[in-house]
Amino acid sequence: MRDMFKLFIAIVIFSLISGGVLAAVRNATKDRIEYQQLVFVKGPAINLILDGCTNNPVQDRFKIKDQDKERDFFVGEFDGKKDVVAFETYGKGFGGDIGVITAVNVNTDKIVGVAVTTHSETPGVGSRTKTNPEFGAQFKDQPITDVFKVKADGGQIDAVSGATISSRGVSAAVVQAGEIYKRLKDDLKNKMKASQG
Amino acid sequence: MAKTVVQEFTKGLWAEIPPFRLVLGLCPTLAVTKSVENGIGMGVATTFVLICSNILISMLRNVIPKKVRIACFIAVIATFVTVVELLMQAYTYPLFLSLGIFIPLIVVNCILLGRAEAFAAKNKVLPSLADGLGIGVGFTLSLAALGSIREILGAGTFYGMSVFGPSYQPFGFMVQAPGAFVCLGLMLCIMNMMGKK
Repeated sequence: MRDMFKLFIAIVIFSLISGGVLAAVRNATKDRIEYQQLVFVKGPAINLILDGCTNNPVQDRFKIKDQDKERDFFVGEFDGKKDVVAFETYGKGFGGDIGVITAVNVNTDKIVGVAVTTHSETPGVGSRTKTNPEFGAQFKDQPITDVFKVKADGGQIDAVSGATISSRGVSAAVVQAGEIYKRLKDDLKNKMKASQG
Repeated sequence: MAKTVVQEFTKGLWAEIPPFRLVLGLCPTLAVTKSVENGIGMGVATTFVLICSNILISMLRNVIPKKVRIACFIAVIATFVTVVELLMQAYTYPLFLSLGIFIPLIVVNCILLGRAEAFAAKNKVLPSLADGLGIGVGFTLSLAALGSIREILGAGTFYGMSVFGPSYQPFGFMVQAPGAFVCLGLMLCIMNMMGKK
């Protein structure tokens, strides 16, 4: 019986030390990991739509609590003015959720650009919503408050041929971005003003 | 133990080189050696865990109760693997993405448990360090060699640089799973022939 107890204690001590070490390492690397994920997963899409901005949008980011979720917002500076904000939303695609970054100008309420970040669509078909620049360009300069639908659903967006479901997913994500934007517009404007310094 | 520390180190480079002589750790060997970079990254990560776990287990070899030693070894190894995983995410994110699930799977790499059980649990700290380093470097070299062959033939590049120029038609078979088996088999065959002499 005493022997059992010893074994038990040994395992407990081992687990405790391991847990402590892991918690410490996780804490030390947490911010850096978050930054790296943003740079490598969302960075390319952000740089694509905020092409020509004079700051680093991934570094100039802030969080706003929206309902029960914290959202990241990336700020783009053009001509010395920080008035473009980009954020990610999700739409249902053919193979799962499609992540879409939408960039909006907070003064004109118009879309600056739309780009797909993460998706699991069919390579060569649905994936062209990400790789075909003409598809994303259709959203450019449209008012964010519009309801975007693909033409098959009676809307204005030309779907990528053969990839109606993926295109529908992207459109839905942009519509969702519009809803979030409407909800958080005042907060966003205040934060942008504050970051202008 | 009549062997010197240097001998403990060098045995890992030839006489007991893991994938070819011990035929251990084949899962990562086959899976990640699509390119030299992946092979070296995997090898270095494994080496780090191997050295750390060998040192720690050797230091604790008189404290760990015999009956629960495997559980304790696994706890040590799993802790170091998670540390490596977090560090890779924080500093080499693209490599982390390309190695994917095989980083956490280092935990069940039989080389690690094998060295802990067969060597570190019975030897002093310094020989255990040498053993871990030797086996680790041997493993890294094996992965790099296999990765080189597969990358040069399968993609026409070495560490991302073009070898044969643009006119080379890549032999795509080599970077796919069957290519890994064929390549490893041939290398094992050559190693055995050389060993017979």
